[in-house]
Amino acid sequence: MATPRALVLRAPGTNCNEETAAAWELAGAAVETRRLGEILEQPSTLDAYQILTFPGGFSYGDDLGAGRIFATRLGTTLKDALHRFHDRGGLLLGICNGFQILVKAGLLPGEGGVASLAHNASGRFESRWVKLLPTKGVTPFLTDDEPIELPVAHGEGNYVTANGTSGGNVVLKYVDAKNSPTEQYPANPNGSKHAIAGLCDATGRIFGLMPHPERHVSPFHHPRWTRDGAKPEGDGLRIFRNAVAAVR
Amino acid sequence: MLWHLLIEPAPGRVDGTGRQIAADAADLGLPGPWKVAASRGFLVEGSLSRDDLDRAAREVLADPVVEVFTIRPSHEAVNGAGTLVHVLPKPGVTDPEAESALALLRDIGFGVTGVRTIKSYRLEGPADALPRLISRVLANDAVEQAVVGTLPFEKLGQGRPYKFARVETPIRGLDDKALMVLSKQGQLYLSLDEMKTIQAHFEELGREPTDAELETVAQTWSEHCSHKTLRGRVEFEGEVIDNLLKNTIFKATTDLNLDWLVSVFADNAGVVRFDDEFDVCFKVETHNHPSAIDPYGGSNTGLGGVIRDALGTGLGSKPICNTDVFCVAPPDFPSSMLPTGVLHPKRVLKGVVAGVRDYGNRMGIPTVNGALVVDPGYLANPLVFCGTVGVIPRGMSTKSVLPGDRIVALGGRTGRDGIHGATFSSAELTGESESLSGGAVQIGNAITEKMVLDVILQARDAGLFRGITDCGAGGFSSAVGEMGAETGAVVDLENAPLKYEGLSYTEIWISEAQERMVLAVPPDKWPELKALCDRELVEATDLGEFVDTGRLTLRYHGQIVGDLSMHFLHEGRPKVVRKASFTPPPERPATLVDKDDYSSDLLTIMGLWDVASKEWIVRQYDHEVQGRTVLNPLVGVEDDGPGDASVILPVRGSTRGLAISCGINPRYGRLDPYAMAACVIDEAIRNCVAVGADPSRIAILDNFCWGNCERPETLGALVLAAQACHDIAIAYGTPFISGKDSLNNEYTHEGQSLAIPPTLLISAIGQVPDVRKCVTMDLKAEGNAILLVGSTRLELGGSHWMISQGKDEGRAPSVNPAEARAIFAKMHQAIGQGLIRSCHDLSEGGLAVGLAEMALAGGFGVDASLRDVPCDNDAAHDVALLFSETPSRFLIEVKPADVRAIVDLFGELPIGRIGEVTGSADARLVIRGLDGDSRIDAPVHSLKSAWQAPLRW
Repeated sequence: MATPRALVLRAPGTNCNEETAAAWELAGAAVETRRLGEILEQPSTLDAYQILTFPGGFSYGDDLGAGRIFATRLGTTLKDALHRFHDRGGLLLGICNGFQILVKAGLLPGEGGVASLAHNASGRFESRWVKLLPTKGVTPFLTDDEPIELPVAHGEGNYVTANGTSGGNVVLKYVDAKNSPTEQYPANPNGSKHAIAGLCDATGRIFGLMPHPERHVSPFHHPRWTRDGAKPEGDGLRIFRNAVAAVR
Repeated sequence: MLWHLLIEPAPGRVDGTGRQIAADAADLGLPGPWKVAASRGFLVEGSLSRDDLDRAAREVLADPVVEVFTIRPSHEAVNGAGTLVHVLPKPGVTDPEAESALALLRDIGFGVTGVRTIKSYRLEGPADALPRLISRVLANDAVEQAVVGTLPFEKLGQGRPYKFARVETPIRGLDDKALMVLSKQGQLYLSLDEMKTIQAHFEELGREPTDAELETVAQTWSEHCSHKTLRGRVEFEGEVIDNLLKNTIFKATTDLNLDWLVSVFADNAGVVRFDDEFDVCFKVETHNHPSAIDPYGGSNTGLGGVIRDALGTGLGSKPICNTDVFCVAPPDFPSSMLPTGVLHPKRVLKGVVAGVRDYGNRMGIPTVNGALVVDPGYLANPLVFCGTVGVIPRGMSTKSVLPGDRIVALGGRTGRDGIHGATFSSAELTGESESLSGGAVQIGNAITEKMVLDVILQARDAGLFRGITDCGAGGFSSAVGEMGAETGAVVDLENAPLKYEGLSYTEIWISEAQERMVLAVPPDKWPELKALCDRELVEATDLGEFVDTGRLTLRYHGQIVGDLSMHFLHEGRPKVVRKASFTPPPERPATLVDKDDYSSDLLTIMGLWDVASKEWIVRQYDHEVQGRTVLNPLVGVEDDGPGDASVILPVRGSTRGLAISCGINPRYGRLDPYAMAACVIDEAIRNCVAVGADPSRIAILDNFCWGNCERPETLGALVLAAQACHDIAIAYGTPFISGKDSLNNEYTHEGQSLAIPPTLLISAIGQVPDVRKCVTMDLKAEGNAILLVGSTRLELGGSHWMISQGKDEGRAPSVNPAEARAIFAKMHQAIGQGLIRSCHDLSEGGLAVGLAEMALAGGFGVDASLRDVPCDNDAAHDVALLFSETPSRFLIEVKPADVRAIVDLFGELPIGRIGEVTGSADARLVIRGLDGDSRIDAPVHSLKSAWQAPLRW
């Protein structure tokens, strides 16, 4: 069977592309990293891939709001190509700034819903590890419902919609020590209503999340590995493996 | 047409900014309360209509969910309650968001010619306090302007065209007094001796210097660029030291002669061998003076600058982590006692943290190590240290420049930013510094630098350039001057891309605009480099040529505006000769009071700034981007304990790691500069060793921040510290690989002088053979034994216990190098054998604080006794054993079954089993005194709250 091909898109200010590419590679994909500019010039480039990733960072400095400029450039030039990619079964993953891009480009929550990622309720950028509860079976990226631990590092991760509903398929929630979804800081690091950490569109093939799965592919990435011992692999790697398995 | 787009939080959305400003005003003790409604916005200039701007706001400028906006001509009043205050960047100040907005709006077809960001505040509160609210909270006069009421602008100022005129500055025939007036008024800050040397040079040439020539010499000869004090001649206690640096710090490195050093004190950063394929480099810089005036901009560009140092080392290294250390006055300093022109320490600290956060996070470089030092001596002169570690393929750690190479400027455009930064940082601050040197403050744009980084690493791997350096202090002047020192250079200044019109040739030459690098590019590689830069949207410009004339020739549209001999520039400076002396402060023996209970002393110390939790700072930094971090700065059961050092993986897929740590302690410096230097070197090394670094593969960096060294006593303290650096480096076998000093950290106002305490930051990178063996400092399991390694001496001088008692007695701790080196080696062996469950170095607050930190990080209790603490006879006293800050000591947690092996391993070295880990339910820290009675008994959660309270902002 052919090795699935994953594309990591970078723009000025993208800064998680290397570790995201490394995660795809570990998960068994053939990965390439390309500039957004290349794809804008030749949208058909996307046809060569099964997985498209929008990695984290501060694309265009997060000027005008996190992900906004990247999203605008996608929307003006790449709309059709992205729909084509999606319609033929391609998977789209947005991590942190990539999630912000997917939301601001209107690709999430989908079905015409309008959402945004507002400033954290704490009012500041924060890095911390969080516990997350996935929903299984809705998106190919998440195939079980075992809680996982990943780091977050963002200032604008508070998922909001105009009417206060989730507006889409919530498939990843911040949970407390008892694995219950929570809006309480710091287990919920940004104040997202309904504990929303990640969601997917109606098909499940567009998935975005604020936490960073690519930063927990090795057991030694975990902040407490010296206490609890090293697991066989990092929790985040599963998300990449699931996607590779789904398109293989 | 100039439009004002005002963007406010949508009804029902929290106005976090407004809330924060009201809180800041209350914090600073301003009369209040203030009701603040904050909004952001843009001034947009161009041919677009109101409807166009409405569409632009909907599509890109305002958030459709959480914000609402209004549009009006800029000079039209905004209705509503309270006083409206607008804050916007001064003309010429970098405004990255406005640049992005302009580019995007143009791209999607709007007729826009200029954009400026603007913040607007609707304020209700006591009117007479409004000016203070504006100057202390809302706007920084160095870079921003505040407008109360209606905006007076009808267009955005974009500079006026420059009319060329070659300017000569007469120097021949000036008398001594006139020379010094020229030095000061021209912001050259050169000494009389130096001015006379320049005068003689031009008398010999039979002409006057141009302004550009004089500026070039002043920058090259500045303390900041040439380190003339440390490299000068010092007469100290009857001994003449010719070049202090060379005879102390360099000498230790040279004498150690280690085969794993690749490039030391030669490049922008020191380089050491890491593995068979890669070297690593490390540089730590100071950015003190700019941070005193604009804390955010100062630390922001401080970090941006040191990242460029790493990027400009060898043929370019990839930055993999950053460090930051701040020294400030107590954040609770009374506002009413602030001297003129001095910013409040809390504002300084918030500003410098935000500056590092925004640059480091945007660059995608994890900030993994740092320290906070609080002392009233830093009131007018806060210190900001920023460091960057880079990784570089072996064989790429050296560079060259050949005649015929093109001089290529790459990155940001040149503006008036930071003019006179190099000379300014070498001068003392005064009450007027803010107005005098506002132009010396630079504003950073991290994304520009990220784009430069992406291009340089690609160009390096494609072999597109031969030499590279960053534009730091002195701008093109020092970058080109240094690169072409051995060859010569011809620069066509009109080729430099400008941010706006109106810069003179001299301003172009000396501007310290950020995010610029200078490359030496073989002519046949230039087209390929240019094409790469075009693809990556990075501006690259051919500025001229390296030549074999030995001269630095500056041209503007073909006219010669400067022509200096490289030899004169780099070798012509008269040697600084200084006298140094040192009078130790009178010895005041520590009076040891017997108390039944020291729990409250410990609680007090846990809440002193230097010991207290820095989580508020650390969490604002991304410490895991790049996916290399294997030991976080925050460790323990709740991810909030104070790790000794962070560990990262320079090479993806390898298990060989790098530990990054630091040591700093100005309190010892006041008592005994030699002891201080020895202690902070020891601290940096033992922090590294504590997590698992190999002590024979640790390299260190020095950053001296001192007062005015023209005062013999101040210089004497520096000489002693430098001598200690030499002695300890030799004794430990630990080489210095790079350093940077910042002298003249003094503030003069109305004849009164305030100097910082002697401050030496030592930063360490230690190699970890296998990160899977790393240990952290949090206690791991009930029932494990706790051992203390190293001997305790009666060393309470400068200690946190003395501070807690409001006393200033005792002698500063000193190191026992032979014993320390042996302990470090055994610690490393023990960690390598997997015998150690947790390890923590003892520093501020001594044993009591060390145990408390291990307990609160691990969530366990401790039961320990002072009876088995290895110690000197005169330290056999509860207070000394609890709080003495003797260096080279570690607390280790060991499984009961491994205690025998550990004790055997340490052999003759001082080690004592002092207690055990107790349960996590109702965890208590219990320490029994020499008589067996409890001397400290405190719930671990109380210790933790006391420790977390100060910086819970």
